[in-house]
Amino acid sequence: MLIFEHSHSGRRAQAQAPQSNADVSDIPEDFLRAMPPGLPQVSELQVVRHYTRLSQKNFSIDTQFYPLGSCTMKYNPRACNTLAMLPGFLARHPLAPVSMGQGFLACLYELQEMLKEVTGMKAVTLTPAAGAQGEFTGVAMIRAYHDANGDTARNEILVPDAAHGTNPATAVMCGYKVHEIPTDRQGDVDMEALRIAVGPQTAGIMLTNPSTLGVFERRIKEIADLIHEAGGLLYYDGANLNAILGKVRPGDMGFDVIHMNLHKTFSTPHGGGGPGAGPVGVSKRLEPFMPLPIVGYDGNEYDWITEDVRPQSIGRLSAFMGNAGVLMRAYIYGRMLGREGMHRVADFATLNANYLMARLTEAGFDVAFPGRRATHEFIITLKRQDKELGITAMDFAKRLLDYNFHAPTTYFPLLVPECLLIEPTETETKEELDAFVEAMIKIKQEAENSPELLKEAPHTQPVRRLDEVRAAKQLDLTWSA
Amino acid sequence: MPFIPHSESDIRKMLATIGVDNIEALFDEIPANLRMGKLSGVPEGLIEQDIARLMMERAEADGRPLCFMGAGSYDHHIPAAVWEITTRGEFYSAYTPYQAEASQGTLQLIYEFQTMMAQLTGLDVSNASLYDGASGLAEAILMAVRANRKSKSHRILMPVTVHPDYRRTANTIVKNQNIELLEVPYSPEGGHILTDSLKAYEGEDIAALVIQHPNFFGILEDVDLLTDWAHQQGALVIAVANPIAMALLKPPGAWGESGADIACGEGQPLGVPMMGGGPYFGFMCCKKDYVRQMPGRIVGRTLDRDGRVGYTLTLQAREQHIRRSKATSNICTNQGLLVTAATIHMALLGAEGLKRVAQACHANTRKLVAALTASDCVETIFNRPYFHEAALRISLPLDNVLRPLHAQNILPGYALAKDYPELGDALLVCATELRSDADIDTFAGHLGRVIEKQTAAGRPVKPKMA
Ligand SMILES: Cc1ncc(COP(=O)(O)O)c(C=O)c1O
Repeated sequence: MLIFEHSHSGRRAQAQAPQSNADVSDIPEDFLRAMPPGLPQVSELQVVRHYTRLSQKNFSIDTQFYPLGSCTMKYNPRACNTLAMLPGFLARHPLAPVSMGQGFLACLYELQEMLKEVTGMKAVTLTPAAGAQGEFTGVAMIRAYHDANGDTARNEILVPDAAHGTNPATAVMCGYKVHEIPTDRQGDVDMEALRIAVGPQTAGIMLTNPSTLGVFERRIKEIADLIHEAGGLLYYDGANLNAILGKVRPGDMGFDVIHMNLHKTFSTPHGGGGPGAGPVGVSKRLEPFMPLPIVGYDGNEYDWITEDVRPQSIGRLSAFMGNAGVLMRAYIYGRMLGREGMHRVADFATLNANYLMARLTEAGFDVAFPGRRATHEFIITLKRQDKELGITAMDFAKRLLDYNFHAPTTYFPLLVPECLLIEPTETETKEELDAFVEAMIKIKQEAENSPELLKEAPHTQPVRRLDEVRAAKQLDLTWSA
Repeated sequence: MPFIPHSESDIRKMLATIGVDNIEALFDEIPANLRMGKLSGVPEGLIEQDIARLMMERAEADGRPLCFMGAGSYDHHIPAAVWEITTRGEFYSAYTPYQAEASQGTLQLIYEFQTMMAQLTGLDVSNASLYDGASGLAEAILMAVRANRKSKSHRILMPVTVHPDYRRTANTIVKNQNIELLEVPYSPEGGHILTDSLKAYEGEDIAALVIQHPNFFGILEDVDLLTDWAHQQGALVIAVANPIAMALLKPPGAWGESGADIACGEGQPLGVPMMGGGPYFGFMCCKKDYVRQMPGRIVGRTLDRDGRVGYTLTLQAREQHIRRSKATSNICTNQGLLVTAATIHMALLGAEGLKRVAQACHANTRKLVAALTASDCVETIFNRPYFHEAALRISLPLDNVLRPLHAQNILPGYALAKDYPELGDALLVCATELRSDADIDTFAGHLGRVIEKQTAAGRPVKPKMA
C-alpha cells in the first residue's frame, strides 16, 4: 500500500506544523496557489509505521551480507553517524562566518590532510558530491590545464573498455570524444592498442587501478610514461582504493588527478543511492585549477580558500560545500582507523576476496582471470552454465536473494560474459563467507537438478521478478487516485 | 583491529586455503618499487570514546547561533521521526536499488517521492534526485538544450536574480559544452527581472529562460508574464523553486498559459538539516514529453510475474551504466538518503502543514523587517512583495555591524556586497517558522544597540532615502 492510500481527508500530524494560519494577506492573490498539492493526509503513527515497514523490505549491510562488486559494502560504523549529527554541526549554516565554525572546519581540514597522505597527492579538494562529480572535476581540470598551456587541439580522452560507465559519460560532459582501449587476456590494458591510440589529440586517460576486473594493472608505470610523453595527463578512478589503502599510492603510480569514493573506502553509508562524496586529489601542476571551496589553515584559523587565491579555478560544483555531512562521517572513520588501521583495510579486504575466490574455484566455479591474484574483488563467469544449462548470471543473482544474500554485481564489467563481480570487504567474518560459499554450491546443484528454481527466483521476496519492459513502455512514474 | 573480525586462527585457515604463507604475499602483483612507506601523516587510531570526546568538543565550540540567514539554506523544524526512520540501517546502509526484488522499500519510497514532488511543482514527472540545487540547475540547462528541438542555439537567459552560486555552478558544469549563459539585469526598484531588458532577445534563438521564484532577494517574480514571453520565443522555461514556497505560491506547472517546462531546486527545506552545506538534494520535475531527456534515476511502477504490483528503476537507457558516453548525464550515486528524509517529512507535514510553515515564514520575515527598519539606519531596498527573505540597506559600514552581532551569537543574514556591489551595505535576512517574536526582538535589540554605539562614535550615517 502506498502512503497516499492511507490518506484520509482532514487528518494530519498536528504536532508538526504551526497551530494556526499566519496572515499572508499582503501577498497579491495572483501569486497564490489555487489548489493544494495532493500530499497524503495521515497521522504521525501512520507515517512511522508505513516507512518502518517499507524499510523492512530492503536488503542492507546492517541486515545481510552484501558482496556487491565495485561498491565496497562494508560496515558503516554507527559512531560516524551519531557524531556527525551532533546538534552543533547540524545547526551550522553554510554561509556562517568561519569564526562560528572552527570545529567543523578543523575536521574537514584534517580530512583533506589525511586523504593527501593516503593518496600521495599534492592537494585535495573535498567539494565533489560523488565519484562521478569527482571525475567531472578531474577531467575539467585536465581541460583547463591544456587550455592554460594554449594546447587546445587535444580533443580525446582514452578510456579502457572495462571502465565504469561514469568515465566515458564524464569525458563527454567535459566536451571530449571518447576513445575506447581494449583489455588483454590477462585483464590488463592492451598495451599495443594503447600505443596506437596515443597521440597529439590525447588529452588524457581515465584508469581504474585495481581495475574493475579485480586485478592490479601491473604495467601502470609504463602506461603513465607513455601518456605523459605524449603530453596527456592521467586520471585515476579511485573507486577501488579499498584494495590498496596503505599499500600503494596513486600519486606514486604517476597519476595527475584522482577521485576517491568516500562512500566506499571511507565507509560512509550508501543510503539507498547516496549521498556520497568524491574528493579529488591533484599533482602540483593541476593545483591552480582546483574547484572551490577548499579549506585553508594558516596555523591559527581555518578559512575558505576562494577565487582571490585561485583565479584559475574551474569554479564551483555546488552551492555550498559539497556533501559536508558525509565528509564528517569519513573523517570520524579515518580517525578511528588511524595509521595502522588504514593498511589493515587493504590487508583484510584482499584476504577475504582471495579466500572466497579460492573456495569458489574449489567448488567448481570459473574465475574470469585464473592465475591472477584477486584484489579486494574478483569475477566469476557463468558462461559455461549459460551455455550448458541456460542459467544466467541474473538467475544466479536472483536465487541468492532466496538464500538471504545480496547478489554480487552482475553484467558489469561488460566485457566478461555472465559475470558476477564479488567484493566481500574486510568487515565480514570467515563464517559469513563460508555460508555464502555453501549457498553458491547449493545453487549450482539446483542449476543442474532443478533449474526452474533459479529461472523463477526469487521466491521469498516481497515481489517476484518484475516486468521491466512494461515499466519502461507503460510509464507509471507517479500515483494518482 | 577496528571493524575487522578475524581471529588469528581464521587468518591461518584462510591463508592455507588460498595457499600462501602470509597476507603480504597477496600483494605480490604490485611492483615492489611502487610500494609505499609508513603513513606517518595519519594520526594513531582512536577508540569510540576518544573520538566522541573530540567531536563533542568541536561541535560545542561551533555554538549554534540564532539564525536569520537564508540564501539557499534554511533553518526549519524537522520532526523527530524523520531522522529516526531515515537512519534505520535498512535505509541507511542499502545500496542503489539495482536488485529490485530486494529493494522494494527504497523503490516504493522513491515512487512516493516522485509523486509528492510532481504534486508540489504541478508538473508530470520527477526524478529520484541530483546532488544539490545548484548542480541540479546545471543539469536542467543541459537537459533544456537537448529537449528544445526548435532551438539550435546553446544560449540560455540567466537573470541576475538567480542565486549567484547557482549561476557560478551552472557555468562550471555547462561551459565545456559551449553553452552560453546570458545575464539578464534586475529592476533596481523591484528587485525582479527587468522585463524590458528581455526585449533585446525578441526573435532570437534562445534555448531556455531560467526563473528563480522567489528569487535570490526573496522577491516574487512576474512568473506568468515571463513564462508566456519565453514560450512565445520558442524558449523553454526552467523554474528554480523553493519547496516550502510552492505549498503557498502558484507552482511552476501553473505559471502562465502552459506552465514551466522543467522545475528544479534545493530540497534542503524538506527535512534536511543545514549541516554546513550538505548533504542536501537537488530535485527535478518536468512535463512528461521531456522525461526521456531527464538525468538521474527514475522509478516506475510495474507488475511482477504473478501480477503483483512492484517498483523498479526504469528508463535506464538514459543512464551512464547503460549508455556510457551517450548518457544524459554522468550522475550515478545521487542523494538517496535525503530523499528518504524528504519523503517522510512531506508525509508528516502534508499540504496543510507545509502551507502553514510557508505562511509562518512569510509572516515572521515581515515582523523581522518591521522590527529592523524601525531604526533610522535600516531600510528595505526593494518595493515588491517577497516570500521569506528581504534585502535591507544599512547606512553604516556593514562589517562593523555584523561583527558585534556575531559576538552575540546571532547570524544576522547574508551580506550581498560580494555579488551585488551596487547595493552597497546590504543584508539579506530571513526568519523561518522557528524564529519566535522574542528571537526577533533579540536581534532588533542588539542591532539597535550596535547602531547606537556606532553613530555615537561619530560614524557617518547616510540619510534614509525617501
Ligand atoms: C569504478 C567506478 N567508478 C566510478 C563510480 C561512480 O561513483 P559514484 O557512484 O560515486 O558517482 C563507481 C561507482 O558507482 C565505480 O564503481
